[in-house]
Amino acid sequence: MLGMVFKRLLVAVPSLIGVVIVTFLLTRALPGDPAAYFAGPAATKEAIEQIRVKLGLDQPLVVQFARYVKDLARGDLGNSLTTGQPVVQEIKTRLPASAELTLLGLIVSMSIAVPLGIMAATRPGSLVDHACRVVATAGVSLPVFFTGLILVYVFYYQLGWAPAPLGRLDIFFSPPPHITGFYLIDSLIAGNGELFVASLKQLILPTLTLAIFSLAPIARMTRASMLAVLASDFVRTARASGLAPFTVIVVYAFRNAMLPVVTTLGMVFSFLLGANVLVEKVFAWPGIGSFAVEALIASDFAPLQGFVLTMAIMYVALNLLIDVLYGLIDPRVRLEA
Amino acid sequence: MTDIVATHRPSSGIAATLRHARYVVSENRVTGFAFGLFLVIVLAALIGPYVVPYDPLASNTTAALKPPSMQHWFGTDQLGRDVFARVIVATRLDFVIAVTSVALVFLMGGLAGVAAGFFGGWTDRVVGRVADTIMAFPLFVLAMGIVAAMGNTVQNIVIATAIVNFPLYARVARAEANVRREAGFVLAARLSGNSEVRIVLAHVLPNIMPIMIVQMSLTMGYAILNAAGLSFIGLGVRPPTAEWGIMVAEGAAFMVSGEWWIAFFPGAALMLAVFCFNLLGDGLRDIVDPQRRT
Repeated sequence: MLGMVFKRLLVAVPSLIGVVIVTFLLTRALPGDPAAYFAGPAATKEAIEQIRVKLGLDQPLVVQFARYVKDLARGDLGNSLTTGQPVVQEIKTRLPASAELTLLGLIVSMSIAVPLGIMAATRPGSLVDHACRVVATAGVSLPVFFTGLILVYVFYYQLGWAPAPLGRLDIFFSPPPHITGFYLIDSLIAGNGELFVASLKQLILPTLTLAIFSLAPIARMTRASMLAVLASDFVRTARASGLAPFTVIVVYAFRNAMLPVVTTLGMVFSFLLGANVLVEKVFAWPGIGSFAVEALIASDFAPLQGFVLTMAIMYVALNLLIDVLYGLIDPRVRLEA
Repeated sequence: MTDIVATHRPSSGIAATLRHARYVVSENRVTGFAFGLFLVIVLAALIGPYVVPYDPLASNTTAALKPPSMQHWFGTDQLGRDVFARVIVATRLDFVIAVTSVALVFLMGGLAGVAAGFFGGWTDRVVGRVADTIMAFPLFVLAMGIVAAMGNTVQNIVIATAIVNFPLYARVARAEANVRREAGFVLAARLSGNSEVRIVLAHVLPNIMPIMIVQMSLTMGYAILNAAGLSFIGLGVRPPTAEWGIMVAEGAAFMVSGEWWIAFFPGAALMLAVFCFNLLGDGLRDIVDPQRRT
């Protein structure tokens, strides 16, 4: 098992190198003169020249790249122009907010989509099957920011069930002491039930938005792979041996059907991380997505670049995790390694 | 190139395909509906700006934030602009962004993929590496980075959307070209003295066209969503231009105070367009590849 993990780590290395090269090229592709850009609109010619030397922009591209990698290795992503803070610091403090939202969204979506897909596959042509198909087609067609706004209108403005879409906590509450950065977990550790409920309330709508968005591919894949597995020989044998339908579906078919679903998770994460940016903007969620959007509006490039890099590294890591998970579910993958 | 395709395919084949297409559209009501919707969208994109009752950019502060009525079907926004006129006029811009980005990625990804699948070797490795590197990013995030770096214009939104879709096209084209590498018609073309490049462009590429067209209509919905998402966060299209994504963004602030129509109608138009393209893609796939019918 460890051997397999190590092998997968090696496979991730070229991806990481590619990611670093692309993010480097993105900074150098800035329109106009990056030095003039970083110096600001009011800078003199000498100041621009000074910054050019300071940033190493007078050096050849290869030297610039080496310098960039060296800075990265030290965990230096530059400073934000608007706040003057190091980008790494900002991302560190904002990442838990995004992670809490994204993970909860995925959990909710999985816990709806997987049972839905299984039920649709075991009763083809039934009402559940049609519901699954409608959900799958509608889900991919809904712009995630639009779903979020509709939910806000219905559950905040019309029904008044949800709190105002303004961040992680109502202004009357102060955040729990920082341990994991996840308000749900931190408030439980602090034993503050009221705070837990308050942060959960803020989470419900954005989580639901992300869940609706990612429901479709998971449900579709679960249904398709469950249908294929249910038609296979070993399921027929299990049925013929007189095993209870529940045992056949849950013990025999489900585990095999989960393999393609786990594979699709990689794609689902790609969509989720992107959708996260839009959802954070709709719900004024103080995560790294809204950090990037704020930077975009202020034409502040260093935070944006840090954001793209962080997201890409997280995505590579997630794919790695999915591969390992795959090995856990399917022993054959482990044997091959 | 086109005349070669025409002479290679007997005319009755085209008639048969058309008949089959008509059968699929009329038999599958959903595809028929999607096709009808598609025509409406194209019509709105073509003649929309000439038939709308109001100027989409003209503000009229005395009539600001009016709910939908007989006079203003979709209501008016915070500047008193008619939402219906803006939604209709925006169709052209959104449609053009989607179509050009899909055409661009078809050119880049399709050609690169076919070359990779047909020639193999280092071409294959280079294309595969580029596709893998793009896939290592969450796609929307990469698109954000590209537009921010290359400059905040509509043109760059088109390019960014094309780039993030590149791996999909390259992979499909590569797989399809790869299985045709040693196909009879390729060997025959080679024997009769065609150059390799000519074989790729005149024989292999037309052969995989149906599958690529299905791919195009399947990714068209995603292209619209991607472009609208980018303009929703303030990239590319600038106010006061009418575009669905930016209109939803402008209406977002009014959602919490109950003026739902400003964001709802452009959002619904966006949803309908994406829905239409997805259904149409599925329908086209049924025509081209009946085995994968769902």
